[in-house]
Amino acid sequence: MTAKEDKSGRSGFATPLTPALTVTVSLIGLCLLWGLAAHLWQSRAFPPPGQVWQVLLREAASGDLFYHLGATLGRVAAAYVVAMIIGSVIGVILGSYRGADRFFSPWLVLFLNIPALVVIVLAYIWFGLNEAAAIGAVAVNKIPNVVVTMREGARAFDPRYAEMAAVYRFAPLERIRHVLLPQLQPYFAAASRSGIALIWKIVLVVELLGRSNGVGFQIYLYFQLFDVAAILAYTLAFVAVMLVIELLLVQPIERHATRWRRRPA
Amino acid sequence: MQPVGAAVPLRVDIAEKTFRSAQGVSITALQGLSFEVRPGEFACLFGPSGCGKTTTLRILLGLDKDFSGSFQLPQGGSNRIAAVFQEPTLLPWRTVEQNVRLALPKSLRAKSLDELFDTLGLAGMRSLYPAELSLGLARRAALARAFATESAVLFLDEPFASLDEQTAERLRQLLLTVWSARPTTALMVTHNLREALMLSDRIIVLAQRPAHVLGMFDVRLPRQHRNPQVMSDLLRSFQQKFPGVA
Repeated sequence: MTAKEDKSGRSGFATPLTPALTVTVSLIGLCLLWGLAAHLWQSRAFPPPGQVWQVLLREAASGDLFYHLGATLGRVAAAYVVAMIIGSVIGVILGSYRGADRFFSPWLVLFLNIPALVVIVLAYIWFGLNEAAAIGAVAVNKIPNVVVTMREGARAFDPRYAEMAAVYRFAPLERIRHVLLPQLQPYFAAASRSGIALIWKIVLVVELLGRSNGVGFQIYLYFQLFDVAAILAYTLAFVAVMLVIELLLVQPIERHATRWRRRPA
Repeated sequence: MQPVGAAVPLRVDIAEKTFRSAQGVSITALQGLSFEVRPGEFACLFGPSGCGKTTTLRILLGLDKDFSGSFQLPQGGSNRIAAVFQEPTLLPWRTVEQNVRLALPKSLRAKSLDELFDTLGLAGMRSLYPAELSLGLARRAALARAFATESAVLFLDEPFASLDEQTAERLRQLLLTVWSARPTTALMVTHNLREALMLSDRIIVLAQRPAHVLGMFDVRLPRQHRNPQVMSDLLRSFQQKFPGVA
């Protein structure tokens, strides 16, 4: 019955539940495997899941966990918004104007190949050890990827819709909202997906190098204390946060944005 | 200058339109094309496939500005133009009703569309997305969009192409119904002579590339009298006047 409903895609709540169940079972399997491995190779450098869980509870009780998770999450969100907006605008311009694309293509290749670490170090040297430099450095790392994806999106614009909008005299803002953005949506979703994962990894490096809070800072601290359980606890806590965001925020938004597509029969 | 509100015809006077291919070969599509459509008249641009009918329409729609010559659109009302394209060209991510309302000028956005949707048989489909419509229904929605705008002139580019004859016939009747309710100066491109004879007051016959006007064929008979017998008479006199065209 569930499988049947799933196929039609009409049932509102059965669809997200089934994948969630699969994910849970799969994660429990991974934990069991990890526990077994830790039992066989007993070492301070490889704590079993139970010990990581204890650290997690301790850090949560003291409030440290949420403070640092919040700091990192805030940076991820800020860098994501900045990178997506700037990257999308540049990408659409390059995709729409061939001349601009030819001129700026070498710049794009250059920025795509600058290592994240170099951008971060330079940002801290030039702009100081502050929040703006940290977020800016992360955004600059991500922008070239967004540009490449959104440029493809702009190249795939269907001229018939633009012509229809011109004939019926859509206002400029309506053209963006009803004609351009819906056509860019799949590319935007792709850039977002690959973006969030990349951004949070770079945010950790930024925090490690020049911030005094956040998951990256904590991991660096526990690295110096050689506390592997705490390192894993923070990492897993943040991965869990990202998973929840994916399930409760990204997927519903995507379902809404693609509601007009013909459902698979 | 014509006084405001006076009936102005659609005047077309295109000296030349040339396409340049990627290899540098230039093809003259239109040459010395000039004609007029009187206010409130339904005219058809008729000619063989590939003779430049759609090119002419794209120039009149303002989508192609690379030509020599001039044209004047009818004024009045919203001064807007409406078009029914070869394909329905509805925004797939907006519902039928949103597609129609988005095309309206701000002053008409809130107007009631009940009558128009009823006439076109779209009353139950307002909240559907275009992907959920058949081609025939999508074309009706495209007609609804064009007529809702209360435009000063209406352009149609083979709006019934790739439909089965029965559906096309039904849609032609619907087109006549909504057009008669508010007769707008209309120019329709077609290569279907029967369709042209059935719908239009005047047929503008184009010659093979480079397109220019071969002649006019006026159909003065009211549309309700164009029964099969009359249609075949019209067809015969058209073929006498333009042998070898149809």
